[in-house]
Amino acid sequence: MNFPILSTLIFLPLLSSLFIFLSRDKKNNNSIYISLFSSIATFLLSLFLWYSLDNNSAEFQFVEEKSWINNYIKFKLGVDGISILFIVLTTFITPICIISCINSIKTRVKEFLIAILILETFMIGVFCSLDLVIFYLFFEAGLIPMFLIIGVWGGPRRVYSAFKFFLFTLLGSVLMLVAIIVIYWLTGTTDITEIYKIKIPKDYQNILWLAFLSSFAVKMPMWPVHTWLPDAHVEAPTAGSVILAAILLKMAGYGFLRFSIPMFPIASEYFTPLIYSLSIIAIIYTSLVALMQDDMKKLIAYSSVAHMGYVTLGIFTLTKQGIEGSIYQMISHGLISAALFLCVGVVYDRLHSRMISSYGGLVSYLPKYSFLFIVFALAALGLPGTSGFLGEFLVLTGAFQKSYLAAMLATFGVVLGAAYMLWLTKRVIFGTINNVEIKNLSDVNKSEIIMLATLAFFVIFFGFYPLPLMETFSVSVNSLIDNYQIALISN
Amino acid sequence: MITNLNILIPEIFLSLSTFSILMIGVFLKKSFNIIFNLSSLIIIVTIAIIISSPNSEEKIFLESFTRDAFSNYFKVLILLSSLFVLNSSKNFIVENKLDKFEYPIIILLSILGMFFMVSSNDLILFYLGLELQSLSLYILASIDRDNLRSTESGIKYFVLSALSSGLLLYGCSLLYGFTGSTNFDLIASQLNKENTGAVFAMVFILVGLAFKVSAVPFHMWTPDVYEGAPTSITSYFAVVPKVAGLALLIKFMFIPFSNILLEWQTIIIFISIASMILGAVAAMVQKNFKRLLAYSSIGHIGYALAGVATGAVSGYESAIVYISIYVIMNIGAFSCLYLLKKDGEYRENISDLSGISKKHPLLAISFLIILFSLAGVPPLGGFFAKFYVFVAVLEREMYTLAIIGLLTTVMSAFYYLKIIKTIYFDDSIIAFEQTKNRTAQISIFASCTILITFFLYPSILNNLVNSLFIS
Repeated sequence: MNFPILSTLIFLPLLSSLFIFLSRDKKNNNSIYISLFSSIATFLLSLFLWYSLDNNSAEFQFVEEKSWINNYIKFKLGVDGISILFIVLTTFITPICIISCINSIKTRVKEFLIAILILETFMIGVFCSLDLVIFYLFFEAGLIPMFLIIGVWGGPRRVYSAFKFFLFTLLGSVLMLVAIIVIYWLTGTTDITEIYKIKIPKDYQNILWLAFLSSFAVKMPMWPVHTWLPDAHVEAPTAGSVILAAILLKMAGYGFLRFSIPMFPIASEYFTPLIYSLSIIAIIYTSLVALMQDDMKKLIAYSSVAHMGYVTLGIFTLTKQGIEGSIYQMISHGLISAALFLCVGVVYDRLHSRMISSYGGLVSYLPKYSFLFIVFALAALGLPGTSGFLGEFLVLTGAFQKSYLAAMLATFGVVLGAAYMLWLTKRVIFGTINNVEIKNLSDVNKSEIIMLATLAFFVIFFGFYPLPLMETFSVSVNSLIDNYQIALISN
Repeated sequence: MITNLNILIPEIFLSLSTFSILMIGVFLKKSFNIIFNLSSLIIIVTIAIIISSPNSEEKIFLESFTRDAFSNYFKVLILLSSLFVLNSSKNFIVENKLDKFEYPIIILLSILGMFFMVSSNDLILFYLGLELQSLSLYILASIDRDNLRSTESGIKYFVLSALSSGLLLYGCSLLYGFTGSTNFDLIASQLNKENTGAVFAMVFILVGLAFKVSAVPFHMWTPDVYEGAPTSITSYFAVVPKVAGLALLIKFMFIPFSNILLEWQTIIIFISIASMILGAVAAMVQKNFKRLLAYSSIGHIGYALAGVATGAVSGYESAIVYISIYVIMNIGAFSCLYLLKKDGEYRENISDLSGISKKHPLLAISFLIILFSLAGVPPLGGFFAKFYVFVAVLEREMYTLAIIGLLTTVMSAFYYLKIIKTIYFDDSIIAFEQTKNRTAQISIFASCTILITFFLYPSILNNLVNSLFIS
């Protein structure tokens, strides 16, 4: 197909943000409509992309190539079965964020929408790029709008959180930039489809792998560099938290699958114990930390770190079940954590408190809200019948094939996850009413119910019928594992 | 040998027209506006002359003056940046009563000095050009002669710069003594590693040049002069002489010292690392925007020198690209300062920027773009400048330099973020006047547009710079 569908997908949000920037709109209504319209258009376009993607091929499709820097670095885009799902997730979450900001953002709405749309451009770019430099460009560029979203529209400690977020991520990423340039001088190209074919010398693999890890570990986030995440989540406005949890964290997991494993198979094998240990620590330690939180957003943020621990564990089992489970877990976590942050946002908009102790007994006054909250809480703890279950189950299946110890310890995490999630539900939804103001709260309004019900539908749908996702990435994952095995044998 | 004076046309035109407008200025009362516009015109005409002249390499006056693609590129860059610096600061000059007709004339003379610097192929001509430029700069630094800080900065700059010029001249004489020539090509053929005296001479010359580009440890004057001098002069200092200084550093490495590259490289690596670190650390605690830009410019020179330190053509190219983008960013940054006017006074403190995003959204977003670009965050132009430098550095497998450079990028990101924090996150205190400073606004717009759209054709500058070294 000659039509540059991926470029259109990437630059459509950017164009509409430019349009909003140039429009003189005092009441912000038009800005919201324009951004909603353009983000839904982007979503439909990405659905079309998903539909027309050939699932039976592990090759990159819809490839676009344009000479960019002196013909030696190309502007190369393409998607395969793995990246398409992240693109669809991105384009799906963005309209939800825009709807959520109708209720929660009161000042500088126009600028907020511009930031969200620019961020969407960069996020889609990350998942489409088939060139290391382009990938780095989009990966880093996302920092600018996110920094502003946290800093301008965030809570009381927003400055500290925004700086921590920016500097942590930048520090991790610059080492990746060094690695990218070194790869360029080693192989003569930054086109990853070319690099896949070239074997990077063994001596270099470990150090390059670590450089990539430094970036992905911060972004993931893995223990012990996860500390920016709770701060960023707590202070960010609802839409910012949603994007952060649902999409930005997935970039690192995607990065492992797209770059670390195929480019450095020997190093990936060598460092597997390291990743296992870090993942297990993340799962158990952050679950325990989550238990002790009295701030709802912080609790969910720590639970995100724990869930991401499953993802890294699953990816580096390098088994079909493990990797498929990780991808599934990432998609499902994208939906569930987004929904949980939206749920917190709903009550925060009404009561302006994120503290668990300010709530309690919501079920009697906000029945619809309570129902949805419980659905998502159960999904987050991995109840069978929700998408959260399948991901964790597959990851653990994969882990059992490689290391009993790691799998056993990770299973503890499931129990802990159930503990903090159920306890949170008990304290917020049920229990005694601690705060008299709760009696005056209104239940979810129309826009909120649209967002939450859509998410709930997909969480349950993918819990019972995982085939559409599985079919999409199965062939790509197979070829990823095959190439990895071949590289190890030939070494 | 018949001297082909065609080669000198830009210099001849520039000097003759400068002197004729000097005459106009002397005999005409209240002539600032006319002189100012005429000098802009002169700059534009000179650009046109240089662009239309051929790029083939030719040497005249006993091979002491070269005209080639390299010098032409730098001359155009110097002229263009002066044009923007001069015009964006016009309102500032008039409002601060600096509108003496000598002002643009001295700037033109310093440009003339830089022309001879970048074209020189001989130590004498090089030194003369350097001195013409420096003398003009001494006057410019203290042009606000009733202002204590301006005169102080002028004296400071004069004393330190004269010292460095002395060292430089001493180095030149040593070099002449050890090689028997002042011509760059002849020096290159005479020099080798055994010639210890020449290595000494090289160190002295390097000190002089490092002073001119304000690289650590010869940077002491920069913050004081930047802060003390009027903003319009500071923006000139921050941009134009650095371009000329860097051109000379590259030229010295390329021609006369090409045989003792290793010694020269070692020093430049040290200077580069020291500048990057000091630029990042010292800027963190600054409260005055101009002082901050001084430290930031020290850091940026460090990155450009990292490209020079590779000792390879690709490295020089990356340094030239870097300095070109640096010029664009700094013109934008200083032009923003011309819009910060309140009660007839231009504000310079970072805290004055507090919350301007609410009342001056366009100015705030320009700051945002320029500052993120200075910090080197993709997809803005500043990222590509750094990217090319590090590509060149890593080609020579200088991992330490690259990693230190990138870590200082993160450190320097901190203070740029601090300014953005002041602009966007803090509550607004001051509402600045809605100034109709069209020229400054045009400069900001041009600078931001280039920085944003640079990623569409990131190799446009590379291709241009690439051709400089082919001949």
